[in-house]
Amino acid sequence: MNYLWIILGVIFIALSIAAGLIWVERRLLSVWQDRLGPNRVGPFGLAQVIADTLKLFFKEDWVPPFSDKVVFTIAPGILMVTILLTFAVIPFGPEFCVFDSNIGVLFFLGNSSLGVYSIVLGGWASNNKYSLIGAMRASAQMLTYEVFMGLSLMGVVMMADTFSFSEIVEAQRGGWFILPQFLGFVVFFIAGIAETHRLPFDIPEAEGELIAGYHSEYSGMKFGMFFVGEYLGITLISAIIATMFFGGWLGPSFLPPVFWFLLKTFIFIGVFILLRASLPRPRYDQLMKLGWKLLFPIALLNLLVTGAILIFL
Amino acid sequence: MNFFFYLAAAIALISTIMAISGRNAIHALLNLIISLLAVSVIFYLLDAPFIAALEVIIYAGAIMVLFIFVTMMLNIGTEKKIEKRWLNPRVWIVPSILAALLLVDFILIINGLQIPEPVDETLNTKQVGISLFSTYVLAVEIAGILLMAGVIGAYHLGSQKKKVTHRFLKK
Amino acid sequence: MISILRSIWLTFLHIFHKRETVEYPEVKPYLAPRYRGRIVLTRDPDRNERCVACYLCAAVCPVDCISLQAATGEKGRRHPEFFRINFSRCIFCGFCEEACPTNAIQLIPDFEMGEYIRQNLVYEKEHLLISGEGKYHGYNFYKHAGVAMGVKGKGEGDTEYKPVDVKDLMP
Repeated sequence: MNYLWIILGVIFIALSIAAGLIWVERRLLSVWQDRLGPNRVGPFGLAQVIADTLKLFFKEDWVPPFSDKVVFTIAPGILMVTILLTFAVIPFGPEFCVFDSNIGVLFFLGNSSLGVYSIVLGGWASNNKYSLIGAMRASAQMLTYEVFMGLSLMGVVMMADTFSFSEIVEAQRGGWFILPQFLGFVVFFIAGIAETHRLPFDIPEAEGELIAGYHSEYSGMKFGMFFVGEYLGITLISAIIATMFFGGWLGPSFLPPVFWFLLKTFIFIGVFILLRASLPRPRYDQLMKLGWKLLFPIALLNLLVTGAILIFL
Repeated sequence: MNFFFYLAAAIALISTIMAISGRNAIHALLNLIISLLAVSVIFYLLDAPFIAALEVIIYAGAIMVLFIFVTMMLNIGTEKKIEKRWLNPRVWIVPSILAALLLVDFILIINGLQIPEPVDETLNTKQVGISLFSTYVLAVEIAGILLMAGVIGAYHLGSQKKKVTHRFLKK
Repeated sequence: MISILRSIWLTFLHIFHKRETVEYPEVKPYLAPRYRGRIVLTRDPDRNERCVACYLCAAVCPVDCISLQAATGEKGRRHPEFFRINFSRCIFCGFCEEACPTNAIQLIPDFEMGEYIRQNLVYEKEHLLISGEGKYHGYNFYKHAGVAMGVKGKGEGDTEYKPVDVKDLMP
């Protein structure tokens, strides 16, 4: 019974954060753009979330007649499933974790690499030129950034000597891994933005050139799944940054550990939105160059130095 | 546990058969991905979580994405005349007889094999690493050289001379 | 690299800036007197319609949203029999106001004319005609025009000469 509550709690927290981000992002963006943002529906505009969700539910769910209907339908589901599955291995608190896997980090990497399919297949099944270009960009971008997203986490894994998230959190009792693994943190953060294709790196959906990229043919709740999936992805990356580099649920004991975990997560969600407010989108080849020529060597170097220090000191 | 093993094995078999019999290239690749995921579940059930995760990350997550990427770019139609010509019995009858002989051979060999008892301990990452860099170090090195050759070849093929469009900029 | 961090920091500092949003239904924006909003038909200081139904506004309208029909009153004074503006077409360019020789048609600072039924955006003369003089107080076209329409006699205007007596031989 207790176990069931944990599962429901994790799903509830993840989904409500993701839905709430619809409002949070618009309000925060408006704060940084000297506007007020949505403040009409309900107190502080909080009911905007409900309004937007209802709107998505009642929109016509149109499947294009020229599309590959099976693939078109399952593609948005893949995104939601892979990201929600990853939340299972993240410890929200000392005993608040659905599945404390001993390969948690690898589970996260595997799921994030499966998440690519949702975008690639969604873009391909739409049978639309813009979607296809978006899907190709997405596959190249996400494959590239996946490589050193994994490598940048390996430094932490080596220091904690485990793949399990909760043991990594326990290993940070002496000090957060952000100090020794600062390079790893930077690389992981940039790779995380590219993995969730958030705004500085939203090249697969670049609305200026590709209309909406891979999801231009989607409508209704299928689009809603991509939409919520993106917010879930932000939440996931922020939660993993908080867990891997900032001590997860560790914190002063006058407040419950879940609170500290959520606080750290929300700070990084805020940083994600700040990046969206402040940075322009790079060109596609610039993104690839940044990945392979700068971040990849940094990640390898970080791995090498960490390994050398761990062995010889 | 046994139930899950048989379930995963059945899924792997069915999806593989669908992968090789499907007409739509992308659907075939999707079935292949499902088959790889099922194999990864089998690895996990065999107490090898590290290999299971690697199977997902590398095969299902990276290599199959590249397959789909290429298939998307080639824009393969559903059916071609040339494929129909390949599929008439005159072409496939000899290879299939040979393959059937091999299958009989294989079944005989498997029947004669001693199946080792499954080990009870979880295979951890450290053991994998140690065996890679001690017992199989030669294979690892050779694979590394092979990949290096691939990288250099890809770089050579991909690098292009800078196109000069203006006569004043030519050297 | 530094410039990227700097721009992130500068964007962050916008938290402390003044909001630019005007919260519209509660706070009304200031509209200049010459703002081009809803179109009205105005009256002379002596409460007669200014419009003389010359069709210039309908001719100049780029989206053809004005339609009217001239009629002649008992004193020979022209006025529109009907005057209709389709505000779902109107682009509030103000050309009609510029074209109007009698300052009858005027654009006023009011834009709150949303409707749920599109048909309600077609304004007839009774909706357009106001009882005031609009932006130009004290202006009466027939005080300046050459014809006598009961406002002033022929040649009695400030800028007019007396009418020439055609039977007189003196210059």
